[in-house]
Amino acid sequence: MSDVYVVGTDMIKFGRFPERTVDDLGAEAALLALADCGLTIADMQAVYCGNLFQASAGVGQRILKQIGQTGVPVVNTANACATGATALREGWTAIKAGLYDLVLCVGVEQMGKGLLGGGGGKDEGIPTEGLLGSGTMPSVFAHVGLEHSRKYGTTFEQFAKVSVKNHHHSTLNPKAMYQVETPLEEVMNAEMISYPNTKLMCSVNVDGSAAAVLCSEKKAKELGLMKRAVRVRASALSSDPWSKHNLAAMDFNPVTRLAAKTAYEMAGLGPDDVDLVELHDCFATAEIVHYENLGLCKDGEAGRLIDSGETALGGRIPVNVSGGLLSKGHPLGATGIANIYEVTTHLRGEAGRRQVEGARIGLTHVVGAGSACAVHVLEKV
Amino acid sequence: MSAAPTTSALPKPAVPFIKIPEHGEPYLEGHRCAACKEVFMEPRRACPKCTKIGTLKAEKLANAGKLYNFTVVHRNFPGVKVPFISAIVDLDGGGTLKGNLVDIEPDIAKLRFDMPVKVVFRDAGRSDKAGNKYLAYFFIPA
Repeated sequence: MSDVYVVGTDMIKFGRFPERTVDDLGAEAALLALADCGLTIADMQAVYCGNLFQASAGVGQRILKQIGQTGVPVVNTANACATGATALREGWTAIKAGLYDLVLCVGVEQMGKGLLGGGGGKDEGIPTEGLLGSGTMPSVFAHVGLEHSRKYGTTFEQFAKVSVKNHHHSTLNPKAMYQVETPLEEVMNAEMISYPNTKLMCSVNVDGSAAAVLCSEKKAKELGLMKRAVRVRASALSSDPWSKHNLAAMDFNPVTRLAAKTAYEMAGLGPDDVDLVELHDCFATAEIVHYENLGLCKDGEAGRLIDSGETALGGRIPVNVSGGLLSKGHPLGATGIANIYEVTTHLRGEAGRRQVEGARIGLTHVVGAGSACAVHVLEKV
Repeated sequence: MSAAPTTSALPKPAVPFIKIPEHGEPYLEGHRCAACKEVFMEPRRACPKCTKIGTLKAEKLANAGKLYNFTVVHRNFPGVKVPFISAIVDLDGGGTLKGNLVDIEPDIAKLRFDMPVKVVFRDAGRSDKAGNKYLAYFFIPA
């Protein structure tokens, strides 16, 4: 089976674009990624498109109506917050299988503002949000954080430090939605949404798109694209393994651990080999538990890890130097591919002021409610 | 709600696993796997834990348990009264579920992991389009 490479990738600056369409946003990222490797849509043998909120509306095909209707197969994916990463993985799978040499993977979302989760009105019965607990995402991830506190005594302040770090990182990323420092007191004193998640500890609902061109080794060499190519060392996707408290509260830990284990095994390396991580910080509490889920520290040490500064740019294992979902923004279907763009950019040594020096191996992680978790390991060639 | 076409005398359950007998007290119904003993609130074709088929059997669950996890919710959708406590409770003898913890101030400092709670059944305070009343479960400090 051929190794698979990211040969072109880009993302738009995340923001709020209510006047634009999903296909226009997706088309912009697609053209940027194609331009990044000097190819055109006519070179692509298949298109994989991740979008959640218009999952039944042929977003991939609509993008081709914007950039070129070549008649190639289009697959649209919807897989919660792993939607974009799942589209990428489908493209990777097809090249691995020897079906194609060049595919385009696009992730795009138009979000709107406000709370996600919790459900709305029903035709029959009554809504249970706020009656039988809370299912909003800030509450779900408050429970995730406090479960960690229950086990290890993790504090509100430690969770808040994640937001301070990621907002700081975003000041170095011109493509992030926000580029604003948020000192610890500001994060902790922001409006409390669901304890311990304050408003500044919740990811930003933004519109956005990102794309990647994947290529077989043979074709990349033939086209002279190896110089800036990044090898996909592992692509793992998991669904919830059974866990007791997942019955009552969403449990993102086993599903992430399973994807991470699969990815590390496939890559033939471990967490100590990784130079940077883009992980799913949909809420500040999530980043803390994923430090342990991805093996960046031992169980129970995540609070110490954020305190130590080791996950900040310049530290032992920088996490979310893009600004993360917390500050770069989280357009659901685009997020998984935007992570690929970020890590690829570092491995190419093209990340400018936020460059993780000497980065050779990077890991991306997304996990969505339901659950779907994707972990990719990328390697500088 | 004056124009409600049908209003039954007995309240309806807010979720299907609240059982309201004609005589006797309401209770929570779970489904225990005969093979691995795990308890699920909803019936399933096979056990999601051990994958055995046809092993789940309905049973009445305990009205007491421990507070496994919690959060105080300060911001929610319009019309939902805040703050409130979203709680995850492990019932004695099996079963875990999310609900509101009430009869205690929604103050994070007042909550302790594993504090004992009881399950009570009260009017949900919400009705459907037809004006039907609903019964919900709540957790209260034991």
